[in-house]
Amino acid sequence: MIAEIGHFTLILALAVAIAQMAVPMWGAHVRDARLMAFGDSAAVTQFGLLIVSFLALTHAFVTSDFSVLNVVDNSHSEKPLIYRISGVWGNHEGSMLLWVLILGLFGSAVAVFGRNLPATLRANVLGVQASIAVAFLLFMLFTSNPFERVDPAPFDGRGLNPILQDPALAFHPPFLYAGYVGFSMAFSFAVAALIEGRIDAAWARWVRPWTLAAWMCLTLGIAMGSWWAYYELGWGGWWFWDPVENASFMPWLAGTALLHSALVMEKREALKVWTILLAILTFSLSLMGAFLVRSGVLTSVHAFAVDPDRGIVILSIMMFFTGGALALFAWRAGALRQGGLFAPISREGGLVLNNVLLSVSCATVLVGTLYPLALEGITGEKISVGPPFFNMTFIPLMLPLLFAMPFGPLLAWKRGDVRGVAQRLAFAAGFAVLFTIIVAAMTGPGPWLAPICAALGLFVLFGAVTDLLSRARFGDVSQAEFLRRVVSLPRSAYGTALAHAGIGIMVLGIVGTSAYQTEKIVALKPGERAEVAGYELLFQGIQPTKGPNYSEQIATFEVTRNGAPVTTLLPSKRLYNAPPQPTTEAGIYASWTGDLYVALGDEQPSGGVALRLYFHPLVRLIWIGAVIMFIGGAVSLSDRRLRVGAPQRARSRPSAVPAE
Amino acid sequence: MGHAWRAVLCAFLIAAAGVGNGGSVAWAVQPDEVLSDPALEKRARGLSTGLRCLVCQNQSIDDSDAPLAKDLRVLVRERLVAGDTDKQVIDYVVARYGDFVLLKPPMNTHTMLLWLAPMLALLGALAVVVRGMRARPSVSEASAAPLSAQEKDALDRLLKPQVRDEPQA
Repeated sequence: MIAEIGHFTLILALAVAIAQMAVPMWGAHVRDARLMAFGDSAAVTQFGLLIVSFLALTHAFVTSDFSVLNVVDNSHSEKPLIYRISGVWGNHEGSMLLWVLILGLFGSAVAVFGRNLPATLRANVLGVQASIAVAFLLFMLFTSNPFERVDPAPFDGRGLNPILQDPALAFHPPFLYAGYVGFSMAFSFAVAALIEGRIDAAWARWVRPWTLAAWMCLTLGIAMGSWWAYYELGWGGWWFWDPVENASFMPWLAGTALLHSALVMEKREALKVWTILLAILTFSLSLMGAFLVRSGVLTSVHAFAVDPDRGIVILSIMMFFTGGALALFAWRAGALRQGGLFAPISREGGLVLNNVLLSVSCATVLVGTLYPLALEGITGEKISVGPPFFNMTFIPLMLPLLFAMPFGPLLAWKRGDVRGVAQRLAFAAGFAVLFTIIVAAMTGPGPWLAPICAALGLFVLFGAVTDLLSRARFGDVSQAEFLRRVVSLPRSAYGTALAHAGIGIMVLGIVGTSAYQTEKIVALKPGERAEVAGYELLFQGIQPTKGPNYSEQIATFEVTRNGAPVTTLLPSKRLYNAPPQPTTEAGIYASWTGDLYVALGDEQPSGGVALRLYFHPLVRLIWIGAVIMFIGGAVSLSDRRLRVGAPQRARSRPSAVPAE
Repeated sequence: MGHAWRAVLCAFLIAAAGVGNGGSVAWAVQPDEVLSDPALEKRARGLSTGLRCLVCQNQSIDDSDAPLAKDLRVLVRERLVAGDTDKQVIDYVVARYGDFVLLKPPMNTHTMLLWLAPMLALLGALAVVVRGMRARPSVSEASAAPLSAQEKDALDRLLKPQVRDEPQA
């Protein structure tokens, strides 16, 4: 019964979305305030219906209702509650429901918080947003209904893939989706602006916070996935340039560019046409990510269950929205007037450079990801494009970006003084180089690129500090005045500095673990010792235990350093009951300088058990950096200037303006 | 478990070693494969990370636990022990398995576009930027332009409703 309610509300949501797609846009066209206002109530209603639908599916999972096919396929009564809940989106149908739910959330947010938007813009945005919802709701109801029943109901389900039964991975998809779907806001605003043929700073003021929120979620979502890969896969890798990773990374790169170009548009009314294009492309890349992953067209480890029919439908959805929006762009972009002139050396110029490098690197990842597919389609020839290609092409594009990053926020709008900025950054650069030399002398030889990258990471980090100090006019004013200024700096300034510092910190982590990790592969018998990076590990043996839905072999290692006890590591191997599948749980000890990482392998024919021991220097900084970026975004988002709507509030509601 | 979807979920499920190969936990190089000469072993690892496991999806033989990957790892080590240079080892493997085995595709007429793509994209982007900068007057020439007819219309449109609201005295 509850499943049917969920199914029914899903159909109702589709009906509402269809009305929401048509009525407000028509209202905007004929300037009928009542028709336009319909969009607001429709958006909220649609979201409400989707909540009910989502709760119905959640109920089926939590209560293990095995008369619902989706629950049978993806859940098991023994599973802990948290994974019964995460199982809701741990499968194709449920994830689509999450997708439309988030889409509805963003749509209703426009309706509720967008009162100060021009009425026609709001109506058009809601219409476009609803059209995306219609496409995905139709897709769900016709090919991927999560509420399908099965008769007779089996006694138990087949269980959720054990590698998904993990805290980081349970919340990885919602964040990733909030990111993907969040970019739909930028898309809807872009299309609405093209329909209206006008766009101004108010537009950017509106789009930027939403893009920022989406970007934050995507950043965290990607970081969670990377963190999970690090500790779960058993060899401490954190990024593999896998096509499906790339599928989430491309919207991130484009979204990062969009954040920066929208800034130029908001402050200076420049780069309008480009910002619109970028908004369209960012969401298109999100849709492409969904297509690539779901269709299984890429030979990716992610496509372990392939469903070409669904892939084709998603491809059609993607082509329709991307193609339609780009056609509209080609037709209407000429109508948008560019404003805001600036010299090449200026804050705007720096942001243009940021956009050039980010979009070129995004294009590089795109070509690298799709090239094997295209080549095979055209010539039948199979090639592999793997990490060596991406490292060789992506890193050279990132180096100038990192170098330019500290300059950007310090340059003045319109016309900057690059020499003055360089002087202000001299300390940051000096510290970065000095620090790198000291550390390089201590660690000994590594790849030649490593010290350069490390220095750049430090430069970005110190540059962010310099930015804050210089905004508070450190050195120019008295100490008391300086402190007063530090406190009263706008939060967006702190947000920028934090996000940039996060990048610098992440770079340090990447350099540390990529260039200086140590690895040891050994077979040990109980009582034997191994040594890695100054740590001595004593293998004490393996104990079998039982978890809630798995059996586990836990190995015990006493770790000492120079004879002093450090910790006990307990790496393990699990075998899940349903479905029967093994996973590894690495034993990790986090110190200030890096992670000691022990992964357990198979029993050896010669006796003993295979072990991989690693020391990953600074690896944690990768995710700490990502979290700092997220916090930077949140701080910036809390800036009142960003939240308060458009300065054109009065102009947008003519009736409320007293005529003087 | 037939749902493609899972994939999206784990944008990062490289995991696959375990999943894709249907069972054994991800575990690449085994202790008994490791060469006693550390210099040779280091070269072997370096070469392995650039060679694709042919039966896996997007994994190097260094990361994969598939039997075929193990065979290839052992093969690479045998060639190295026999005194081959890195290039000879790669050529030997490519002669047997084709370019598909290389994670870094070789530069040839078919991959030209792939390798040149970043450069072309960069040149294209710079060309657009330069054109954009040229097309507009520099900052110093900029002055407050008078309203265009279109803007006047827009202004009138915005002001009209207010006039309508006023009692037509």
